[in-house]
Amino acid sequence: MGSRASTLLREEEIEEIKKETGFSHSQITRLYSRFTSLDKGENGTLSREDFQRIPELAINPLGDRIINAFFPEGEDQVNFRGFMRTLAHFRPIEDNEKNKDPTASEPLNSRTNKLLFAFRLYDLDRDDKISRDELLQVLRMMVGLNMFVSQVLRMMVGLNMFVSQVLRMMVGVNISDEQLGSIADRTIQEADQNGDNSISFNEFIKVLEKVDVEQKMSIRFLH
Amino acid sequence: IVKQLVFSNLTIGYRCDSHLDSCMATLTTVGETSVCPLIPGLIQREGGSMEQEMGELRRYRTQSISRGEFALSDSFYFYRKGLESIVDDQVTQRFSSEELVSWNLLTRTNHNFHYISLRLTIIWGLGVIIRYCVLFPLRITLAIIGLSWLVIGTTLVGFLPKNRVKTWLSELVHLMCYRICARGLSATIQYHNKENKPQKGGICVANHTSPIDIVILANDGCYAMVGQCHGGLMGVIQRSMVRSCPHVWFERSEMRDRHAVTSRLRAHVAAKTNLPILIFPEGTCINNTSVMMFKKGSFEIGGTIYPVAIKYDPRFGDAFWNSAKYNMVSYLLRMMTSWAIVVNVWYLPPMTREEGEDAAQFANRVKSAIAHQGGLLDMAWDGSLKRDKVKEEFKEQQQKMYSSMVVGKKRRKSETFRKDNQDTVILE
Repeated sequence: MGSRASTLLREEEIEEIKKETGFSHSQITRLYSRFTSLDKGENGTLSREDFQRIPELAINPLGDRIINAFFPEGEDQVNFRGFMRTLAHFRPIEDNEKNKDPTASEPLNSRTNKLLFAFRLYDLDRDDKISRDELLQVLRMMVGLNMFVSQVLRMMVGLNMFVSQVLRMMVGVNISDEQLGSIADRTIQEADQNGDNSISFNEFIKVLEKVDVEQKMSIRFLH
Repeated sequence: IVKQLVFSNLTIGYRCDSHLDSCMATLTTVGETSVCPLIPGLIQREGGSMEQEMGELRRYRTQSISRGEFALSDSFYFYRKGLESIVDDQVTQRFSSEELVSWNLLTRTNHNFHYISLRLTIIWGLGVIIRYCVLFPLRITLAIIGLSWLVIGTTLVGFLPKNRVKTWLSELVHLMCYRICARGLSATIQYHNKENKPQKGGICVANHTSPIDIVILANDGCYAMVGQCHGGLMGVIQRSMVRSCPHVWFERSEMRDRHAVTSRLRAHVAAKTNLPILIFPEGTCINNTSVMMFKKGSFEIGGTIYPVAIKYDPRFGDAFWNSAKYNMVSYLLRMMTSWAIVVNVWYLPPMTREEGEDAAQFANRVKSAIAHQGGLLDMAWDGSLKRDKVKEEFKEQQQKMYSSMVVGKKRRKSETFRKDNQDTVILE
């Protein structure tokens, strides 16, 4: 008697994960059930396909980037510890944690670590700088690749306003490379302080200092 | 007796997690035929549309959102939504059995094992003995009797010439066999609103949880079944059934041709003396906590639709057929070794397609009615996501919505038409 799920997760492991990530015992067991239900191959690890089977994640424009965040450098499988470590970034910050031992290392869900997680999603090559290209890549993922309004309009030179408006309605609002490029330039201009034409982590923090990161980058667990 | 034994002992010595305590308090008492409350999800989803959330994220900027443009914090919205769906998503959980609030002494529903007490283990052991050694042999005998009588009876009736006596006898044989089979599963069925029962020449649609749905519905009336021709035992049953009254069995090759399927069904419905067709528009088995997208094919046939809502009580046995995990035989064995199958069937008033409504909208209307009556979640996601990938269009819709936020309001006037369409129905 006993279910497969819990027999594979020992008490000591739960304690270790608890210390490392700060999740409670019940949260860890429930997340373990979730992990095993996603693990269709039943080999104790998740692959990228396992994540892509979640429809709501597959339609997320940044879904691929998020999935990548789970996999350490160059690997194709993530085990439960790695899974929990990444999820820990999105744990809400509790008040009593702020008074903890100051010599202990910073918890995974601190404001700085949440911002570092977001920074790394932009900074693909891990050179600690968001270059113009990396910013453009994320922008392109978020706005999509459909036919561009300006291209369509260029084709319709000479036709009257009404037709081009209808066309715009059909094609949808998507954004040309030039527009995206200028958006990226403007963003870097605003954030860049040392003039190296890219955004470092500190500049990133500075730009976002007024954003309520604790709330926006947290998932509220129900128990 | 079984019900009372199970429930009185469950309250002793069972340690719940904190959230389960609140759920136990809301569980209904034994004897009431009401719906078991769903386990709350793992996380609390923040509400708010994309526009609302983006507005909040961009609040720190001096320009308002109507200027459009991009903020580094925009991506936070997508990150959070993505991680929420990794922790707990609405769709994949529908393709596996529902988790129970409190354990019903079946190993199969035991997800998070805690060894509670010796007493509970003994009770569980007793339960196993009763279910496997007492109930199971009885049920198997009944099922065999029921199925063989179905084959023999329908073949015998098939020899008669086509007249009123034949129809009456055929209905009698069918009803008898299905009732024996239902006893073979220890099915306790309660039918509500019998005045809305499907009539001849109509189409009966219901939510799909398992192949047993057919037995459940056929206990109270005769239906013309629709399905693929199988080989083996199923094929024998199908061929003998069709001898006594017309069912609609398709060859595998015919199924792919939607036109042929629709015309055959239309012909069947048009002959007003034929039995009502039974169709499950979801196309696949869902775990009885929600109703997923109805395929519009069944709603293009015409005729009157009789919606039926079927809700199983999960405390007595898990009726969901997870075809990826279990084949038909092991599924039936599991059914026969549960405590019982307790079902509520609601017949809803008949519906027809209204003026200006297309098949997809009509399908949605029927789906909402069924979901509302059965206490199920009404979802727009497609049940075929069990096996297939989600369509790229949905991602493109999200991208379009976000693009309009980057471009800003000054261009919005010409795009209000398209944007309105998008906002209301994002998943269809």
